[in-house]
Amino acid sequence: MRLIYLKNQVIAGLALIIVIISSGCIGNDSVHPANTLVIKGSDTLVQLVSDMAEVYMNEHPYADISVTGGGSGTGIAALINGEVDIADSSRRIKDSELKKASARGIEIREFIIARDGLCIIVHPSNPVEKLTLEEVGAIYRGEITNWKEVGGDDRDITLYGRQSTSGTYEFMREYILKADYSPDMLNMEGNKAIVDGIKTDKNGIGYIGIGYLVDGVKPLDLAVNDSSEYVSPLEESAVEEGVYPLSRPLYQYTNGLPEVDSIAYSFLKFELSDEGLEIIRNAGYYPPNPEDRMNNDEKFRLIED
Amino acid sequence: MRGSSEGGIRERLIAFFFTANGILTIVILMGIFFFLAYIGIQAFFEIPITEFFGMNWNPGAYTNPSWGILPLLAGTIYVAVLSLAIAIPLGVASAIYIAELASPTLREILKPAVEMIASIPSVVLGLIGLIILAPLVADLFNLPNGLNAFTASILVAIMALPTIISISEDVIGSIPDSYREASLALGATKWQTIRSAILPAASGGIVAASMLGLGRVVGETMVVLMVAGNSRAFPTSIFDPVRPITSTIAIEIKEVVQGDLHFQALFALGLILFLMTFAINLASDIFLARRQIR
Repeated sequence: MRLIYLKNQVIAGLALIIVIISSGCIGNDSVHPANTLVIKGSDTLVQLVSDMAEVYMNEHPYADISVTGGGSGTGIAALINGEVDIADSSRRIKDSELKKASARGIEIREFIIARDGLCIIVHPSNPVEKLTLEEVGAIYRGEITNWKEVGGDDRDITLYGRQSTSGTYEFMREYILKADYSPDMLNMEGNKAIVDGIKTDKNGIGYIGIGYLVDGVKPLDLAVNDSSEYVSPLEESAVEEGVYPLSRPLYQYTNGLPEVDSIAYSFLKFELSDEGLEIIRNAGYYPPNPEDRMNNDEKFRLIED
Repeated sequence: MRGSSEGGIRERLIAFFFTANGILTIVILMGIFFFLAYIGIQAFFEIPITEFFGMNWNPGAYTNPSWGILPLLAGTIYVAVLSLAIAIPLGVASAIYIAELASPTLREILKPAVEMIASIPSVVLGLIGLIILAPLVADLFNLPNGLNAFTASILVAIMALPTIISISEDVIGSIPDSYREASLALGATKWQTIRSAILPAASGGIVAASMLGLGRVVGETMVVLMVAGNSRAFPTSIFDPVRPITSTIAIEIKEVVQGDLHFQALFALGLILFLMTFAINLASDIFLARRQIR
């Protein structure tokens, strides 16, 4: 009898363990304690937002903010799956994602926390100094495959790009390629991996957020087409005013508007404060422009009322 | 009453403990399999099988998603075959050296040293590959960059070495000394003994060791993710970038929403990979069992 009883108990125990393990894998519930904030998403933003979180946590010792990367698509998927409080994204959320979110009862809200001058980079030995967006698109679509077609040496072009989880990958595809990437493109893990690749590859071309620009790679001046003016991503006013053709907003998405007394609200406010703007500049990015700010302020007003 | 029955219950509890653990292992394996199959098979309700064997994998395409797994399968096979081509000769030769030729002291140093390779985190090997090996391969073969199947295979081969060496060495070491003595008594040299007596006797175990190494190689993810280049094009040379099944899953699982078609398709990929490694492990078990019967 005792043995049978024990057997039942063990089986019940095993069943419980399996249920716990599988619910851990599938479960969507995320009830974070009030003093924690979980942020996930864009690799372009991960360093900047981590810097922000560090300063914020120094000033608010009770707060516990975790920031991870993985790509904008990852962050938005995690927000829809209810795993995070804020999704970082270097691209605007897609309609298909909004549909999935509303199907799950998640109301997506958008904040613009910074601006990026997305850089097209090449090896410093490459004589090419400037490209039009049309040329960049043709190169990444695989239509232009040799540098001599855009005024460079007679060398095959090696394409460095990101993985499909990346918001930058999507941004380029949406606005510049307007078609699929060449299947020959190398899919790199992050901005840093592209920089490392271009540093050693004389034939390479890559795209990175301006915060990742370092010595050893050369950013190209860009123009919309050959009748417009070529602009460098290093000209701050050009990026802020959107004259630089790859100036793009960097987003944070939340599930509904955060409450006034929540850490999410307080952190968003901090990011857009003067202190936050200084961190943005130090990280190599640019502050949100007046139009972005109006959008944010409108949401803050809704929260505060 | 107490004395004898307590001992009996204790024995039975111990037996039960081991049985329960054995059953739990099987339950976990079956659970993983059914979980994979349950979700993976749903992908086939929406994707025709013929499309699955197409030449283009692009679930997040700009216009129409496509689900052809052949480039991914090719990537997996390229890396597997190439890395085994590197690891088997190196591994078997090392095993012969450790088992037959090395002095006892050297053997005591070499065995744990080989097993230490297994404890190097794959991400560290990947970093070494990215920073040292890839530029070296690019220089050596005059390529614009070294992120390709060849570079990945070298690193994955290093990861398969401990399995191959360790098991081959055990098998060679377990061959009775009478084989060696008989061969040497017939006037054979050391090399002839190894070649004609020991290697044939150990062949089943060496094949099994290589198969287990293959299982390791097929499932490797981190290194290929970091250094194989991950392009979607079908690889035509070993110096082309490849995207094995493992890295495809690792990259794309992060962006999918649970339950959608892409999610199911990745589970289908996982199922294929699981079946591949299962078949490989089964084959190596059969080889090992056969060897023991002989």
